[in-house]
Amino acid sequence: MSHASDGSRAPLTLAGVNYAYPSGGDGGGRVYELSLQVERGGMLAVVGPNGSGKTTLLRLAAGLLLPDSGQVSCCGSRTSVASRAELARKVALVGQQPALGFPYSVIEVVLMGRAPYLEGLSLESEEDLAVAHDAMRATGTDHLGGRVFDSLSSGERQRVSVARALAQQPELLLLDEPGAFLDIREQTRLYDLLEELNTSRGTAVVSVLHDLNLAALYFPTVALLNKGRLHAVGAPAEVLSYATVREVFRTDVYVAINDLTGQLNVLPIKGGAGNNE
Amino acid sequence: MNGAARLTASRRRWGLALCAAVALACAVLALLVGSVELDLGAVMAGVGPDDTIFWKLRLPRVALAAMVGAGLAVSGAALQPALRNPLASPDIIGVSGGAALAAVLALAWMPAWASTAGVPLFAFVGAGAAAAFVYRASLVNGRLDPYTQILVGVVFNTFCASLILLVNALADASRTRSIVFWMMGGVSVQPWPSLALAGSLFAVGIVMLMGQARSLNLSGLGDDTAASLGFDAGRCRATVFAASALVVGASVALTGVITFVGLVVPHLLRRLLGSDNRLLLPASVFGGAAFLVASDTIARWVLAPVELPVGAITAMTGGPFFLYLLRRHGRARAEDGP
Repeated sequence: MSHASDGSRAPLTLAGVNYAYPSGGDGGGRVYELSLQVERGGMLAVVGPNGSGKTTLLRLAAGLLLPDSGQVSCCGSRTSVASRAELARKVALVGQQPALGFPYSVIEVVLMGRAPYLEGLSLESEEDLAVAHDAMRATGTDHLGGRVFDSLSSGERQRVSVARALAQQPELLLLDEPGAFLDIREQTRLYDLLEELNTSRGTAVVSVLHDLNLAALYFPTVALLNKGRLHAVGAPAEVLSYATVREVFRTDVYVAINDLTGQLNVLPIKGGAGNNE
Repeated sequence: MNGAARLTASRRRWGLALCAAVALACAVLALLVGSVELDLGAVMAGVGPDDTIFWKLRLPRVALAAMVGAGLAVSGAALQPALRNPLASPDIIGVSGGAALAAVLALAWMPAWASTAGVPLFAFVGAGAAAAFVYRASLVNGRLDPYTQILVGVVFNTFCASLILLVNALADASRTRSIVFWMMGGVSVQPWPSLALAGSLFAVGIVMLMGQARSLNLSGLGDDTAASLGFDAGRCRATVFAASALVVGASVALTGVITFVGLVVPHLLRRLLGSDNRLLLPASVFGGAAFLVASDTIARWVLAPVELPVGAITAMTGGPFFLYLLRRHGRARAEDGP
């Protein structure tokens, strides 16, 4: 990542960030001295073993956690001083959306993204509705508007959740394992969509994901976390080398550029996890 | 879903107007129906026994039923999304169990001269103690955890129910009948000052709940997503819990434990008006008032002059109706699939 240009307005800047959960325990999810910058229009995958601090990084970026030391800034606002409402207009978060339990319609869910722009018990304006419809068109969910959200397939739910996030009109879109539990077609649709939004709207995208192949396929930059520290950041082919993956994931793998697609492949090997204890 | 699948200004206007009209109609009917046929001319003129019946008996009773029904329905409507459980009702916070236990203790052993004021007072104090205990026991990492709260509330209610049985067994036989009668729940005639006091408690609780409407809409998205939209779901749950404890404490103190209002009314209104709490909560005020006023009218009219316990009426009408809604809802959801 380049460190040039107006750093304070970058969609995401972490500078020397330390964080430990108060209830600590085994120290899982702690992060140490994280420094990272995502430029305008950047697209970053955050990968690493379980408990390496990926979700902690995302929650710090969203301002859900405040750093014990160091600084997190989103689009010029420091998360430790900015109000939640201010951040909600700049940063949107998409996790794995469970069923809501109540029969909200899809358009109602997308309009929830306008909540940071509303006051009290007031209803959404025509402008809010236009933003929501635009977000639904961009995510290919405009035909679902009248459906009950809980009745959708998991792929549709994820795309509606992205539409809800877009309705916030964010400069930074954060995603936590958005493709988990999706089949290969829905995964492809989702990451195609994220790439398209990144290109056409310039929305910066930061996503946590487990699938190293998807990370290499869709993300020009990959950040690899190990035990709460930033192990490496850069182009997929540099970061996800055989030696690095083997060291960080403590698993033997097969890493190669696929001759047919030119794409980086990281494949598991039978028994590979046993050889590195 | 018909028409716009979202809350529009006109749907909110018409929905609220409809609910208010139904509540008003129920209230008028309740004031006219009774063991004595009222001469409205005499009431207007302010003379005779009809005037006394209207102002001293029927109106306070209808007012109490309306307040309790409104409070319980709004509290149920808010607790369901707050705890992310469609089966949540005002009873689930355990406050009604604690209030009932305290009231039964007073009914069993308090001197008779003190019990008119003592029973509601004990019930309200019991509600406060139960609320404090359940709240503390439901904290996980300093935040009210929805699943823990439901479990703690259910266990606490069961615990209180068994203690109530124990008290009933130990109490003097002359007292047990009044205990059983109180347990069934009933809208009685209360003096206007008590109604004014209770009314202000209900008003505070209902206003607190209304203020959470937008936050409650987002609570289904999960705490992290709600927070990323600028809302603190943990604080919302705590506010809904406190406001519900206030409403339930006041209603148990005055009417005993009345079930099903807080469960059935929000579900019915959600079917009719959608899930958006910016309409559902105010609509529940009218819907709950209408339901309990109507149930109480049935309770005192159907076998007049014998009065049935209103809790039995709400459970007998609410229970089967709730099952019907659930079945229909299940079918609608199946049909809505791809």
